[in-house]
Amino acid sequence: MTTKKKSAVDWDVLIGMYKQMCSFRRFEERVGLAYTKQKFSGFCHLHIGQEGLAVGVQTALRDTDYMISGYRSHTQAIGKGIEAGQVMAELFGKVDGACRGKGGSMHMFSKQHRFLGGHGIVGGQAPLAVGVGFAIRYRNEDNIIVCYMGDAATNQGQVFEVMNMAATWDLPVLFIIENNKYGMGTDITRTTSVDALWKRALAFDMGHSDVDGMDSMAVLDHVTSLVETMRKDKKPHLLEALTYRYRGHSVSDPGTYRTKEEVEDYQKNRDAILHLGQHLVDNKMATADDLKAWDNEAKEKAKEAEAFADASPQPAVEELWDHVLAP
Amino acid sequence: MAVITFREALGQAIAEEMTRDPNVFLMGEEVGLYNGAYKVSKGLLDQFGPKRVWDAPISEAGFAGLGVGAAMVGLRPIIEFMTWNFGIQGFDQIVNHAAKMLYMSGGQFNIPMVFRGPNGAAHMLGAQHSQAYEAMITNIPGLKVVTCSTPYDGKGLLKSAIRDNNPVLFLESEMMYGMKGEVPEEEYLIPLGKGDIKREGTDVTFIAWSKALHKATEAAEALAKQGISVEVLDPRTLQPLDEELIFSSARKTHRVVIIEESWSFGSVGAQISDRIHKECFDELDAPVVRVTNEFVPMPYNEAQEDRVLPQVDRIIKAAKEVLYIKD
Amino acid sequence: MAEVIEMPKLSDTMEEGGIASWLKKEGDFIEEGAAFVEIETDKATMEYNSPVEGYLLKILVPAGKTAPLNAPICVVGAKGETYDGGKAAPAPAPAPATAKAEAKVPEAAPKKAEVAVEAPKQPAKASGADARLRASPLAKKVAEDKHIDLSQVTGSGPNGRVIIRDVEQALAKGGVTPPGQEAKSTASQDKAVSTPVTASAVAGEFEDVPVNMMRKTIAKRLLAAKNDAPHFYLVRSVNMKNLGEWRARLNKDAEKDARISVNDLLVLAVSRALIKHPEVNASWQGDFIRRYKAAHVAVAVAIPDGLITPVVRNAHALGAREIAAQTRDLIGRTKSGKIGSEEYQGGTFSISNLGMMGIEHFTAIINPPQAAILAVGATIKTPWVGASGELEIQERMTMTMSCDHRVIDGAVGARFLETLVGYLEDPLAILT
Repeated sequence: MTTKKKSAVDWDVLIGMYKQMCSFRRFEERVGLAYTKQKFSGFCHLHIGQEGLAVGVQTALRDTDYMISGYRSHTQAIGKGIEAGQVMAELFGKVDGACRGKGGSMHMFSKQHRFLGGHGIVGGQAPLAVGVGFAIRYRNEDNIIVCYMGDAATNQGQVFEVMNMAATWDLPVLFIIENNKYGMGTDITRTTSVDALWKRALAFDMGHSDVDGMDSMAVLDHVTSLVETMRKDKKPHLLEALTYRYRGHSVSDPGTYRTKEEVEDYQKNRDAILHLGQHLVDNKMATADDLKAWDNEAKEKAKEAEAFADASPQPAVEELWDHVLAP
Repeated sequence: MAVITFREALGQAIAEEMTRDPNVFLMGEEVGLYNGAYKVSKGLLDQFGPKRVWDAPISEAGFAGLGVGAAMVGLRPIIEFMTWNFGIQGFDQIVNHAAKMLYMSGGQFNIPMVFRGPNGAAHMLGAQHSQAYEAMITNIPGLKVVTCSTPYDGKGLLKSAIRDNNPVLFLESEMMYGMKGEVPEEEYLIPLGKGDIKREGTDVTFIAWSKALHKATEAAEALAKQGISVEVLDPRTLQPLDEELIFSSARKTHRVVIIEESWSFGSVGAQISDRIHKECFDELDAPVVRVTNEFVPMPYNEAQEDRVLPQVDRIIKAAKEVLYIKD
Repeated sequence: MAEVIEMPKLSDTMEEGGIASWLKKEGDFIEEGAAFVEIETDKATMEYNSPVEGYLLKILVPAGKTAPLNAPICVVGAKGETYDGGKAAPAPAPAPATAKAEAKVPEAAPKKAEVAVEAPKQPAKASGADARLRASPLAKKVAEDKHIDLSQVTGSGPNGRVIIRDVEQALAKGGVTPPGQEAKSTASQDKAVSTPVTASAVAGEFEDVPVNMMRKTIAKRLLAAKNDAPHFYLVRSVNMKNLGEWRARLNKDAEKDARISVNDLLVLAVSRALIKHPEVNASWQGDFIRRYKAAHVAVAVAIPDGLITPVVRNAHALGAREIAAQTRDLIGRTKSGKIGSEEYQGGTFSISNLGMMGIEHFTAIINPPQAAILAVGATIKTPWVGASGELEIQERMTMTMSCDHRVIDGAVGARFLETLVGYLEDPLAILT
């Protein structure tokens, strides 16, 4: 089933989404730059190109909903409410980081904002999401949990195990596959038996759909309706979102497994930010100058985040002993 | 004091804690309608209903992870593995998620839960059902590991494990479920991290836990007839280890034999031995000797299995070795 | 083929040897059998005769330095010959003691057969390079607390490890250095080794004297003797009148350097008394007592840097002149450092005489494995109630026998002394 595109309900919401996408992109660019300046080290997976999905999903949720993700989650964490400065500080391993510098790029967490990580084991977050779905049901809440995963995570055994359990027990988990076509350097079609990943749900008789992840308005409309249903029936759903990352798998990935033309095609013709900006201009809701101004604002915010992270002190080395076990 | 079986004592612990705290639930294969593969959970479904007692699919990674996710948002899951040999299907969730969550989230998400099930060899179960896991799971910061050798200890320790705010791996034994022992009617708790002197002695200390403790005690009784006074120490919690009790006993008897139904290489016994040699070096009259499984997978054949596991004659021989008594 | 010459074992108890001096220098030719180095053992300085012929290619242990037994000390070979440097590397510290090394020693010995003429046989048991003390940590700790010398405790654990049981047995036997004088001196010795300068010491107010091999051996063996052998002491006063007259007669026509000394007559009398009392002419052997059929009497001789006890062998079968001649020869060679190790070993009883130095009476430490030592004081004119009941002035000597109570009981020692006193007061009785 393919979703039908609806006209956006509220221009202010769309403008907000546009601004947020700009801030996501400028933030991640800043992160990439800081990495090359050796302000931090380790793994660093950028989300540039995939902002449309992040912003559309986030806008469809409410604050009490939960979210969990994989290792490419800087912008999702910011979307869920963690301050950009805290995410940057976490990348820098600083004391004001989201996890006091203990987590790093792959492990953003916020109990307050119900962002449950940030996980580095591909597919490992899916059972956790189902556990949260279980708790939601156990307590008769009407929240849902969004579980992001990459296309390649759908080939992990434990993902299959918990999709079965979520479907069997009616647990309100929205599995969102961010299909950016490549599991690291491997084209997903080379390792996967199905031609569309939403078909994984067929095995569990689970609700499923797909959406153009580069179209933030389509994502917003579709996820809004999905979540509305899930709050009532508590059933899980598998959503495949087609998207594209412009950068390598990680900062160190040269991206030789795909052509420049392919990347440029997405950047020029299918870019989520360009797409929504054009829609706003076409409908006279914004001028090109407005777009430019909002983008400059986003650049400033990214700079501020970096300045905040730069200024944040290192945690005491002795903190390494903290948080091994809870009291 | 009532005399009850080990399985009844463990079942009482679960029932008491489920009554005390509505966030506690039990999930595992056959724990509900079937009343438990080893009948530990007998009657719990009737008592607490299907919302609290869940029969899981054969998906250890899935329901282990479900437990971790539920614990992240405040439930207190008890995840039963029919055997720890199946439990290792869920090792990713235990090791990469449960053990690390508090730390990598900078102290935000603790995991208050129990993974429990029988560990180690039973009787003629063959290679795949006879592994002992204490060496592997005590090597992971962020986990507590608890064993029990009597119904009394089992109940008091399991209740503490359920109330603990950390992931506790609770190791039982198929062979001991039917063992009877005195258990008080009134409520009691046994703190984690505290060992117990099961028999006082002066000439040599035997350190053993779980099923091996009973072989150690049998050997101690045989040696008593030869005028040798053996102290038998059960550390009970293997992570964190009650080192003070171990050191004080080693300093008292000057000789230590460690008996474990586990393999010798990098084992818990090796760790205890290392700590004693480091901290009690000047008090030792002989190097610590360990009696362990022979380094082969567990054979099915009965005589071969007996030969692989520590037996009383090998324990007595080790005691005489540290006592410099020639036969 | 160049030969590496190793530190030879020139005394039964030596564990390391010092190079007193090199008699040849590098490049010199050495004849087989010729002395080429002087080795300071724990007992004496000995010439060592070359087991091979050739040029002294390399001295590995210079004069004044010590090396453990079997450690290379020099290389001898053809002129200009090269040699295996690795094999000839000097061993600064004793090699770690292992069971393997112990097993190898006897195997290596036959290869050195041509050496064996000059050098004593290699021991099969652990010593020298192999003498690292093995003890359990607990045994070490308790031994230190109780001032027990672990090197004197036989280990019953694996590889001879001393375990707490062995220490407790040593304690039960009274093997503790009492917490008085000796314990203090032991402790201060230990301190002197580890911290040569104490807080209160002011530079220039003392002199540190290096301890030579003999002093080390004396320290070790006498401490062990006092620790292991429960001493008790028997004192007798002897009228020396008749012995003095007899000696005067014997020496009447003798050349000055052939005179018989009081000490020679003591050796004579003691040897006869020992044959009469074999229970005193004995030694403690752990689980049995060995009684000797011959009396080999050791005589303590002071030398500038220590003490040596050359042995008058079969003294019981020798006359006074023979004893005197032998003793004179032994003492002379002892004082010049030319005494062979076999000549001061194997005694069955010792005499220590400080009478000539004016000492009235004293007690001596037993020289193990012997069971007794006689400490002889000066002969002094003494007022004494004689046999007639009248007060007389007599020439009297006080002697004290130290006995190892494991071997000799009080009455046994007393009977021996009774016999000895009888011989000394009436020398003719020796013939009976």
